[in-house]
Amino acid sequence: MMTQSDSVSPYPEPANGRGENANPPLQQAQGKGLPAFDEDKPLLSASGVSKFYGSRIGCEDVSIDIWPGEVLAVVGESGSGKTTLLNCISTRLMPTTGTVTYRMRDGHIRDLYRMGEAERRFLMRTDWGFVHQNPADGLRMTVSAGANVGERLMATGARHYGDIRATAGDWLGRVEIAEDRIDDQPRAFSGGMRQRLQIARNLVTGPRLVFMDEPTGGLDVSVQARLLDLLRGLVTDLGLAVVVVTHDLAVARLLSHRMVVMKDGRVIETGLTDRVLDDPRAPYTQLLVSSILQA
Amino acid sequence: MTTQPAELATYNFAYLDEQTKRMIRRAILKAIAIPGYQVPFASREMPMPYGWGTGGVQVTASIIGPDDTLKVIDQGADDTTNAVSIRAFFAKVAEVNTTTSTADATIIQTRHRIPEEKLVEGQILVYQVPIPEPLRFLEPRETETRKMHALEDYGLMHVKLYEDIARNGHIATTYAYPVKIKGRYVMDPSPTPKFDNPKMDQSEALQLFGAGREKRIYAVPPYTSVVSLDFEDFPFEVNRFDQPCALCGAEGVYLDEVVLDDRGGRMFACSDTDHCEKRRAAGHKGSMASEGAAT
Repeated sequence: MMTQSDSVSPYPEPANGRGENANPPLQQAQGKGLPAFDEDKPLLSASGVSKFYGSRIGCEDVSIDIWPGEVLAVVGESGSGKTTLLNCISTRLMPTTGTVTYRMRDGHIRDLYRMGEAERRFLMRTDWGFVHQNPADGLRMTVSAGANVGERLMATGARHYGDIRATAGDWLGRVEIAEDRIDDQPRAFSGGMRQRLQIARNLVTGPRLVFMDEPTGGLDVSVQARLLDLLRGLVTDLGLAVVVVTHDLAVARLLSHRMVVMKDGRVIETGLTDRVLDDPRAPYTQLLVSSILQA
Repeated sequence: MTTQPAELATYNFAYLDEQTKRMIRRAILKAIAIPGYQVPFASREMPMPYGWGTGGVQVTASIIGPDDTLKVIDQGADDTTNAVSIRAFFAKVAEVNTTTSTADATIIQTRHRIPEEKLVEGQILVYQVPIPEPLRFLEPRETETRKMHALEDYGLMHVKLYEDIARNGHIATTYAYPVKIKGRYVMDPSPTPKFDNPKMDQSEALQLFGAGREKRIYAVPPYTSVVSLDFEDFPFEVNRFDQPCALCGAEGVYLDEVVLDDRGGRMFACSDTDHCEKRRAAGHKGSMASEGAAT
């Protein structure tokens, strides 16, 4: 078992705690003299992933690849296994069968479920992010916004209060939260602000892959639109790979490059977002697309 | 064991039965072998309520022998109810010699202070601990805190210190100040003032911690590094007092504030009564010491 997080060399030293961490990981990898980042290989690869809850199916025989810098939307009605799939590939839920591999920053491909827990946790808080639908699940509601953003930095060894605070302030600015709210608790924030804070908290270590579970769920449309706008900007600027689970096809169209349509735990259609939405092939996808209310 | 006086026939030596002492000694040995690690043990009911030092009493009962000399302090004082009662308890059930002199004691059971006088090799300091888990107020789940200790996942501890600085401008934790033992486990030094933290570092005496209600024992072996957590730009500092002890004139010791009347009159006196008395006996005199002092 890994005992010292420091001994995991593939990661750039996060201890300086500055905003530069947020550089696209591609540059960091090259700057460190690591093998050049290979854009032709998937970042995360799931094959034959199934999850059964007893005799019920969570998801069945799902194989998907996520390439660096791409946004993949997983859509489908509720109960179709979207969230189960997301949890399975983000190591939050052990799949019944199937493997999930991830290309680490040093270029090695690792089986996520064969890693030690310490290593997996370290991966989750440095190279990954997870944005929950309910911000209360992803935030510490009783500590200040600054500490929420700074937690990952402190967990990876940052020990300079001024630097941590400066980075947190910088990130609050990037997600359009006024800097004078840095010492407020998220309890005092609106739903949209909480969600943006959660995003800042996840992106502060400059992850390469972010999982999002209905990031706009429960927000009213104008707040949704601003959040999507923000997400789109961040994803492009940082070159993030994102897996976003949503039941909202509009969110998928706006955010994603590629789309996976799920029904009853199985993937029934995949393709470029525009293609799937404009020319759906599977009957269920056609039904789904035609169910959008025309304004 | 030793011969029992007739009137104590119902008690085993030092109150606990031999099997219990054996179990506690095992836990103590394990705790010494893994400095700072909380070892679960089968805490017994003691003839005193939880919160009055049941953990410390069990540890003391397990290590005490007929040749030991016991000192018990409560917030530094030898003459408070708790200290007097526990001393009387062991004088009765173990027939050991008791003392109030730090230098003469082989075992010192303490509630929330470390004596001012430097402890030496061969002495054992037994702490009474109410809540052994330093992460408890940050993470309520025991399963999770145990995992965090196992994986050395201590980012959360610094989140607490960050919050302190963000709210108060300095680290406002003044007691139960978290320490890292031998570069590995984060430990709660029991609610001792942080003034005493530096005394734990490289201490010549063995330090044992017993939490009766929480059923945990942990230890700091002699000559072990004990580092108080801090930030680079907000280093650990001990409390300072701007006046010497009013009775013995000692500086650089921990003082208690004593309210004298209802018109704002107050004095600061040594919290360690033994230290104060010895100094007064040696002729030191504070500003408020009465003539013919050294009672």
